[in-house]
Amino acid sequence: MDVSTPPCGASVVIVGGGVTGLSAGWWLAREGVDVLVLDKGLVGWEASGRNGGGCSHHHSPLFAEEQRLWPVMDELLGYPTEFRPGRIRLAADARQMELYGRALANAERQGFASDRLDAGQARDLVPLAGATIVGGYRYRFGGQANPHRTLQGYAWAMQDHGGRVLQHATVTGFHSEGDRVRGVETDRGVFACDHLVIAAGPQTGRLAAILDAQLPLVSARWEMIVTEALPLMPMGGVDGCGLYGRQTLRGNLAYGGGPHEWLDGADLGTPPKPSSPLTLNIGKRLAQLFPKAAHARVIRSGAGMIENTPDGRPVIDRLASRANVTVATLSSVGFGLSPASGRAIRDLVVDGACGFADLSSLSLARFARLEPDWRARQGWLAPA
Amino acid sequence: MSETRRADPRSVAGKNLPVEERPDVLVVGAGPAGLAAAIACARAGLAVLQVDENPVPFAAMGDDAPLHYGQAMSGAARNRNAALEAFVASEPRIAEAFEAGVDLRLGVACWGVYANGAAMGWMPGLVAGLADEGRAWLIQPRHIVLACGRRDMGLAFPGWETPGVVGAAAAAALAARYGAFAPRRVVVLGATTPALAAARDLAAQGVEIAAVVEQAREAPGDPALLANARARGAELLTGHVVREVVGAGRVEAAFVCALDARGEPAGGERRIACDGVVLAVGATPVIDLLDAAGGAVAFQPERGGYAPLLDAGQRSTLPGVYAAGDCAGVWDSKTLDRRIAEAEGERAAAAILGAVEAPAAAPPAPGYDLSAYRLDWARASIVHARAPLHVCQCEEVTARELLELRPPRYLGAGPPHPDQVKRLTRAGMGLCQGRRCREQVAALLALQSGEALAAIPLAGYRAPTRPLRLSQMAGLAEDPPLAEHWDTWFGMAAQWRPFWDVPAYYTVAGSDPAQPAASE
Repeated sequence: MDVSTPPCGASVVIVGGGVTGLSAGWWLAREGVDVLVLDKGLVGWEASGRNGGGCSHHHSPLFAEEQRLWPVMDELLGYPTEFRPGRIRLAADARQMELYGRALANAERQGFASDRLDAGQARDLVPLAGATIVGGYRYRFGGQANPHRTLQGYAWAMQDHGGRVLQHATVTGFHSEGDRVRGVETDRGVFACDHLVIAAGPQTGRLAAILDAQLPLVSARWEMIVTEALPLMPMGGVDGCGLYGRQTLRGNLAYGGGPHEWLDGADLGTPPKPSSPLTLNIGKRLAQLFPKAAHARVIRSGAGMIENTPDGRPVIDRLASRANVTVATLSSVGFGLSPASGRAIRDLVVDGACGFADLSSLSLARFARLEPDWRARQGWLAPA
Repeated sequence: MSETRRADPRSVAGKNLPVEERPDVLVVGAGPAGLAAAIACARAGLAVLQVDENPVPFAAMGDDAPLHYGQAMSGAARNRNAALEAFVASEPRIAEAFEAGVDLRLGVACWGVYANGAAMGWMPGLVAGLADEGRAWLIQPRHIVLACGRRDMGLAFPGWETPGVVGAAAAAALAARYGAFAPRRVVVLGATTPALAAARDLAAQGVEIAAVVEQAREAPGDPALLANARARGAELLTGHVVREVVGAGRVEAAFVCALDARGEPAGGERRIACDGVVLAVGATPVIDLLDAAGGAVAFQPERGGYAPLLDAGQRSTLPGVYAAGDCAGVWDSKTLDRRIAEAEGERAAAAILGAVEAPAAAPPAPGYDLSAYRLDWARASIVHARAPLHVCQCEEVTARELLELRPPRYLGAGPPHPDQVKRLTRAGMGLCQGRRCREQVAALLALQSGEALAAIPLAGYRAPTRPLRLSQMAGLAEDPPLAEHWDTWFGMAAQWRPFWDVPAYYTVAGSDPAQPAASE
């Protein structure tokens, strides 16, 4: 086997330097596990660096752990994530009010409270809001963090514990012996491993297929906009009116939403991530969410390439086809859950099962009866 | 049996953009190249919409958009009508364009160009975003000629944020096109041909050129322009660098000193009284629209830095999108002779019209090493600055932060990607959209890693390439299906089903996409 030096491998090789892979690497490294994270390009360059930074995923089995970890992540990592607790979601009409309220029933069942706000209360709490708002909700849980800071935090903290990252290393295949993967083949050489983690975003399905596992995934492009910095509101985590996002600690309004575009070929290489004229539609809604910020100038837009499983739910599982491979895709909802998903991956790698949450709803086996033409049936097709 | 449902209603499939006009040609910019292209296309019978963001609103100038105006505009720039008249009067071919039937709209900016490509397929064709002071809107031209001009590399030194420190292109525009350049006595930094041409244009408007400061031992610019500047009394200080600009509220003086053999400031300083400092160390093509749209650009010293990849018909790599004039490349002879830019505009028109294109002469190689020249400026002015300074004024990122950026080990040995540096430092992430610091940051990364400028990737541009107020978007007429199906996230009911309620097996047939998607 052609083993490159250095580094020639690691006990655990993680393919994918996004938040999920880096968090897993950090959780492993802090216990002394020898970890190497490979990325085809730059760490955090895909969806991990292109999201709203929210941390309130009440539908997920990882929710309780997500809520437990975020308030202590700065301390655990030793680096700032800019996490700020709480969230306010504003509605511009009764339909939105009903929809957003539905989401909170999930949290309440798990013991996390929220308040219903009338229009006056909402405007009192959100200085930039105005007469366009009919009401909203205040979450007494969740929050938002800065994806870029958090990503750096994972990478640096992992390195502090001896973990390594290698950028610009594209995986071309795997070296298997019997039912175990022994090496990761890349354009930078082969890296030996005792255990393999594939957390490669849109590429996860393609890489799993090399190991005889079917992980159905399709990717889509999704867009957001960023304004100039404005004076900080008391709470940065305010969204709604069809938008998802936050005011950053710097003061920028970073929001996205609206139609996504299903694409082919996002599982190969580093696709471009153009934004479209949806910038205007997002800006129109942001002016509705924050009428008192109508003067704010939009200074950039961005898009992310985001993978989804057929039901939009993550897969965090050990492969049945190999004895030492863990796969993880967070299916378009990964950033906020990353402290918990990384720990879950650590458990799967080290203990063989997650010790703090029931991951059965995230198993790969749930797609065993999936229709082969599921993608067409769901209409997840790229424009002709 | 395969049951195919309709396209995902929450996706872009079947959604339409509110395109307001469909001209044959959109020309962005009404300088020599843009006017030549527009006039030629209009005379051939095409419907030509030409926009130019001049006269730039006073408030936008205050934000250094689209150029580094550096608060050097006089009160005359506040008067929109006067500015409009002055702008039109200073370019005779504008009247010619109107006569030729060009739909020329001044005070209208183009802030985005969109084209289908590998990762976007729902555009109906080429789409461009336009804006005036009141609103933003979309058009769908068959062809786009980009003639967006040039801008200047910023150069930091202590005090460079002082009002009156202005880019050469902005200074020349304010003086020659608006009659609204406030400084009366300036120091010009750089003795390249674009720098000396700016000095000439300023002098023609009565501005005194106190000195031309050049870090190189010999002025690299056009000898005749240099002789002209000196004949008018400008002192040429080669082998010098600016140390500081001082002034309370506006520039009052520049301190300069000589450089030693290593290119480091040495010896006594001189105080030069002035009320303006003109940054003219690097004229560079304006490529923001093309790069943001996915058109190919590359570092080409003979074109003044990052410039579009073009064929003999001025075609970019984006079908239907052309570049002409300074935005296609800045070089000395083009700076001195507008007919070169005009010929490029005419060549783009010929390509659009399917006519035989006069072959373009390749730009001559610059008479000096453009990368080394700009790096020498950055080293002398920024690296050896005697006091802390902000290279990125918007986000207040210091040179030290950039030079001593904790290099994450995973960045490897090569120079970091400027887009990664943005995330690590916020440099270039502010309201000026990186126009003042982009080239400097690249220069510092090059110096740090011992590479030439060509080795530093371009920090990517994003639309809107001009700051757009939310209020300019608020009145957008939306496609009703797009509004009806708008969702915060993917609008997938199954995604948000609580984990205790998830079936053991997922099948399309067993799922109900019509359920409300109660997203996070």
